[in-house]
Amino acid sequence: MSKKQTLVVIGNGMVGHNFLETLVASEIKDNYEIVTFCEEVRPAYDRVHLTSFFSGKTAEDLSMVTDGFFEENNITVHLNDKAVSIDRANKFVTSEKGITISYDKLVLATGSYAFVPPVQGSDRENCFVYRTIEDLEALTEAAKTSKVGAVVGGGLLGLEAAKALKDLDLDTNVIQFSPRLMSAQLDTGGANMLASKIKALGISVLPSKNTQKIVDGTERKHKMMFADGTSLETDIILFSAGIRPRDEIARSSGIEVGTRGGIVIDNQCKTSEPDIYAIGECAVWNGETFGLVAPGYNMGRVVVAHLAGQESSFAGADMSTKLKLNGVDVASIGDAHANTKDALIYTYQNGADEIYKRLVVSADRKKLLGAVLVGDASGYGALSQYYLNAIDLPEHPDSLILPARSDESVGLGPDALPESAQICSCFDVTKGQICSAVENGCHTLPALKDETKAATGCGGCAALLKSVLDCELEKSGFEVNTDLCEHFAYTRQDLYNLMMVHEIKTFDDFLDQHGSGLGCEVCRQAVGSILASYWNEYVLAEGQMSVQDTNDTFLANMQKDGTYSVVPRMTGGEVTPDGLIAIGQIAKKYKLYTKVTGGQRVDLFGARVDQLPPIWKELIDAGFESGHAYGKSLRTVKSCVGSTWCRFGVDDSVGLAVELEHRYKGLRSPHKIKFAVSGCTRECAEAQGKDIGIIATEGGWNLYVCGNGGMKPRHADLFATDLDKETLIKYIDRVLTFYIRTADRLQRTSVWMENMEGGLDYLKSVVINDKLGLCEELEEHMQNVVDTYQCEWKTTIEDEEKLKRFRSFVNSDETDENIVFVEERGQIRPANEDERQHFALVEEV
Amino acid sequence: MSQWIDICAVSDLQANSGVCALVKGKQIAIFYIPKNNAIYAIDNYDPFGKVHVLSRGLIGDIKGEPMVSSPLYKQHFSLTTGQCFEDQSVKNEVYAIRIENNRVEISLEG
Repeated sequence: MSKKQTLVVIGNGMVGHNFLETLVASEIKDNYEIVTFCEEVRPAYDRVHLTSFFSGKTAEDLSMVTDGFFEENNITVHLNDKAVSIDRANKFVTSEKGITISYDKLVLATGSYAFVPPVQGSDRENCFVYRTIEDLEALTEAAKTSKVGAVVGGGLLGLEAAKALKDLDLDTNVIQFSPRLMSAQLDTGGANMLASKIKALGISVLPSKNTQKIVDGTERKHKMMFADGTSLETDIILFSAGIRPRDEIARSSGIEVGTRGGIVIDNQCKTSEPDIYAIGECAVWNGETFGLVAPGYNMGRVVVAHLAGQESSFAGADMSTKLKLNGVDVASIGDAHANTKDALIYTYQNGADEIYKRLVVSADRKKLLGAVLVGDASGYGALSQYYLNAIDLPEHPDSLILPARSDESVGLGPDALPESAQICSCFDVTKGQICSAVENGCHTLPALKDETKAATGCGGCAALLKSVLDCELEKSGFEVNTDLCEHFAYTRQDLYNLMMVHEIKTFDDFLDQHGSGLGCEVCRQAVGSILASYWNEYVLAEGQMSVQDTNDTFLANMQKDGTYSVVPRMTGGEVTPDGLIAIGQIAKKYKLYTKVTGGQRVDLFGARVDQLPPIWKELIDAGFESGHAYGKSLRTVKSCVGSTWCRFGVDDSVGLAVELEHRYKGLRSPHKIKFAVSGCTRECAEAQGKDIGIIATEGGWNLYVCGNGGMKPRHADLFATDLDKETLIKYIDRVLTFYIRTADRLQRTSVWMENMEGGLDYLKSVVINDKLGLCEELEEHMQNVVDTYQCEWKTTIEDEEKLKRFRSFVNSDETDENIVFVEERGQIRPANEDERQHFALVEEV
Repeated sequence: MSQWIDICAVSDLQANSGVCALVKGKQIAIFYIPKNNAIYAIDNYDPFGKVHVLSRGLIGDIKGEPMVSSPLYKQHFSLTTGQCFEDQSVKNEVYAIRIENNRVEISLEG
């Protein structure tokens, strides 16, 4: 085995670190002892998102080094120690602290420094640059005693820095030498639009200002004197006038540098000296330096490939950028200034919405050469793909920047991109790589990011990545297995249709005719729900019981300690004083915990299974009926007090709520259903957060559908307006029956509609315009359910056979002694583990 | 020699579903599948929810192995071995059970 060579990396910034990551992930990692010098006190961090330091990100948040990275890969790091010289003849590096390391291969990743113009007074106190975490810390400190701030430089970084000053509560000024902002990326039109947006944020922009000297101010700390005779007083000055390559170590060691600075490299990123490479912002290639991380990462990959003896070369970089500057979208692609000969220009300017878009296209109108987007950069993904992959433009290229007024889509679907299309330029991830990752099981955005690293750099390609993912998943139909479970190779809707056609009435028949095995909790419940929705028979009827979830089997909701809660129906949230007293007395007698629910009724907790029938007997005797809180069925129709009492009420919301709740109570559905009725547009019943929401208006009832609260809240969509009650009920009948027939198992109405092709419009066409000719049938189905309603608890307590089920033990009248309660705030609650053990000990004593 | 303990009549069982028996202070879930003439006995304790509820779970099979799904957090337990499908380290006690002359009998011995 040959002895390992030593590879030294000078600089542990973003590019230097990315190089290390690429190296240790490659097959040649074991060929080298790796040593790196880092001038700063902390290893690589995300300088691109430096500004987020002000919005609460810490140095750790910004760190690019995963825990244990250096240790696990045996990389020696010399932090806070700057490499100062290279002895080319004897091949060793010396650091400021006097460490010398012999190298076989050397990589220079020294980066760049912030350029401070040679202005008299630029070294005064409270004059800063914007480059390191230390710079930001010093700036924050100084801002505490300052009122006015000035940024010298109106480029990308300058505008970011201006936002930082603004966030530090300073009166902020951007002073720029050139007549326009972001002069490297934007044309005059785009820059003007940007300037007006920046000004609207309360930041002053002073164009064409040449700072000549900085002297003591009278009101503020400094006075900046400009060439045109004007001046500005400020407390803080931040220089952001561009960056310069850090090439001093190369200069002093006799390595070739460019005429305007920068370490000269060839296509393999080799410097003039054998075995020494340079990558990132310190390097100059073909007379060009690159102030973005993506080309630096790319150079690093080239070096690793070259070390491994593979063919690879650096061929320049796409300097397109997209970013959000102070909340303003700005993007620039390719030849934004139309420097290409005979280039044609399309411009769209929308003064009202402050949007500016410009396309630069080839003379034959076939190819995109460049683009500028300000105020709306949503087209960046598609445009940069046209540019990078030289895709033929549509017949009318301006359709790409004109607002879509018709239904036709002008976007470039991910399907149109070639496999070689680069989706993520930071990590050079192609569409082909993404597609194969999707194929290998990355079916979510996080999984895909983790696997490919795409969209983990600047994040600009995240939207495009998502659309590629969606497209791939959809295309390959991704064998998203829609089988209900291993026992039924059908969807819920398939089973529903089978049931209707073959008139199947029990789970066993279903299993015999269309399934296999014994079933499971998934198919049993799904089939149970379908049968109940359609036939609307007693859920505990012979042959039906085994398919109900425990909540339906015992007609109550099982809680964490195995006891149940009991919820009597209170239609529309209405209850008489006698009803309330009865509930109170029953709760007291059985020592139940009582709580008012979000659905405007009372929930009684802590009933043992054997107590359910006597509790219900008493509730029914007091005039109550099942609230179906245990079922995937209509829960409640919430209401505000409405026109009966309320000064603002427009119509009788309680009356309608009571009527609707009686109509749809007991209706079994793919998931729970909630309604609400508000008596006016103040919307006190929160109807727009419900599956079915109704709001009274002067002209009639407005119907909203498919909203929900919970984990992923969704506002309901306005479905129809100014309805009379008869039409309203017709529409609700149809919507609900259509939902029950076509939804997937455990699919709320919101998800059902979002997944429906055509969405809301399609649903309207079915329900309002009877597109499928189904309306009559849907209404009949619902009417049948309404006509065959029974209170399941009333049926149950009248049937001795059924009551057997509610014994705690089949062979004993004892009750479960493991159920233990303690008292809290004057009521019972389940004992926790410790309390139960304590209780058991006391019992034994 | 197994000591068989009389529990109840077959007609006291719930077809394709479960009941709970109290046997010498122990709660045992009993499941009955008449079609296969199969009967199973497993400790009623749900080791995840830490309460005695398995008899109220839904039954079925996973790749042919009969199982009960906990009504609380839906873990599955084999009815023949007590093994939890989701966690290899969790196994419930199962008991010998038989039907004799229309009576259900359990043996607590292994």
